[in-house]
Amino acid sequence: MTSIGTGYDLSVSTYSPDGRVFQVEYAQKAVDNSGTAIGLRVKDGVVLAVEKIKHSRLLVPGSNKRIMTAGRHIGVAAAGWMSDTRHLVKRARDEAHHYHSVYKADIPAKIIAERMGMYVQAYTLYSSVRPFGVSTILACVDTDGPQLYMVEPSGQFTGYRGCAAGKGKQAAKTEIEKLKLEELTVRDAVKEAARIIYAAHDEAKDKLFELELSWICAESGMLHAHVPADVLAEAIQHAERSLDEDDDDDDEMEDEDL
Amino acid sequence: MDPVTLELPHTLQRPGHAVAQEPMTRPAGPIVTGTSVVAFKYRDGIIMAADCLASYGSLARFRSENRLFKVNETTLLGAAGDMGDFQYMKHKLEDVMTHEYDMDDGQRLGTKSVYKCLSNIMYGRRTAINPLWNAYVVGGVDGGERVLGYVDLYGTTYTADAVATGFGKQIAIPMLRRRVEGRADEISEEEAVAILDDCMRVLFYRDCRALNKLRRAKVTAQGVEISEPYSLETNWTYAESIVGYGA
Repeated sequence: MTSIGTGYDLSVSTYSPDGRVFQVEYAQKAVDNSGTAIGLRVKDGVVLAVEKIKHSRLLVPGSNKRIMTAGRHIGVAAAGWMSDTRHLVKRARDEAHHYHSVYKADIPAKIIAERMGMYVQAYTLYSSVRPFGVSTILACVDTDGPQLYMVEPSGQFTGYRGCAAGKGKQAAKTEIEKLKLEELTVRDAVKEAARIIYAAHDEAKDKLFELELSWICAESGMLHAHVPADVLAEAIQHAERSLDEDDDDDDEMEDEDL
Repeated sequence: MDPVTLELPHTLQRPGHAVAQEPMTRPAGPIVTGTSVVAFKYRDGIIMAADCLASYGSLARFRSENRLFKVNETTLLGAAGDMGDFQYMKHKLEDVMTHEYDMDDGQRLGTKSVYKCLSNIMYGRRTAINPLWNAYVVGGVDGGERVLGYVDLYGTTYTADAVATGFGKQIAIPMLRRRVEGRADEISEEEAVAILDDCMRVLFYRDCRALNKLRRAKVTAQGVEISEPYSLETNWTYAESIVGYGA
């Protein structure tokens, strides 16, 4: 951020001399400050997981959801500003609804991803608007099977097998890369997703957090839904156990050093 | 130069505004139609039937239409009247259900709410003098309670133990008065099917817009179940003995 104060970062309609649009990069920063969100596309479905950081113990468990549904077969997990997220989710619902009213068919993943991408991109063009401070991860099942896309503040939208956004993005991506996503079942993926969110969580920075998990699979009737309470509990158990194991391993290594 | 008058499409015309040539018109009746829907309460829930015919006037135009529609896990809709308007309504209800699903608030639209929503749409359209040309039967189980209601193109609504539309009101309701009303709790599924089939058989005998290919549906605590099309056994030898009616 050496270019701060050079005057090229005030408007999204001005490039810097080296071809950057700083306002979009700042929007990306807003995403990077948020709790981690990940998506996994596996052989029989899609799983979304979010590390919802809680700023108070007084919050009702399950409130302020960061994974939302946009038209039954589409799930949206977000990292970044929640107010911007809600606006984008409304937009996604409107797009899904409009597509359905025209074609009487569910909107395919790549169409909704493209439309959301184009919408977000329009907010990188004008000095009168601020880019969205949110990356949205879209989970969807259509005629081509399970799909996963991520739309970033720049308007870039990309299809993934696994993706991550937010604070723990680097750690999460490293973990996701170790998975054999095309062989995993949704049931396994739920556990892995929980484990990755717990591993990416930085206890030093944020104490309180809540895991949100959702999926689209045969078990959910091919609709996007939060995972049932028992599946969530099992996943959290798995995540906490593997965290403990890691700690034990670390301790052993330290012992060896001694 | 003479002034040019542009003719606006009729959809843009308002009385007193556009170049008035003719008064605005509204649909004067249904085009492709379905006939009776018959439904009643029985011990386990609601049972309903409708045949598979969509007529174009007196022509038996489409012979494998489904006039029973599962709105959600607990609600069933049967439609008589204009099939285009029915398709529009199905679409609209799908949108309502999708919207409800997206809210993700742990609430579900029960049968009563779906019925109210449908009634409001129908009444709203008739008040706009642009009715949807249908008579609907809504049936379901809402919080353990059986719900069976009727709404038509005038926005008329009522709930009853036995409900039918159109010619079914003339033919089936008198039969159901005798066999269902007041004893809905005693009727087993087997008996309900027998009663319903009897109604549909008589309707097929007497209704020139009916078809002997129909679907039956039930809503119980287990959910909505719509059957595949089936036919009833008929006996036309009685016809020999009918005297009068110009025969």
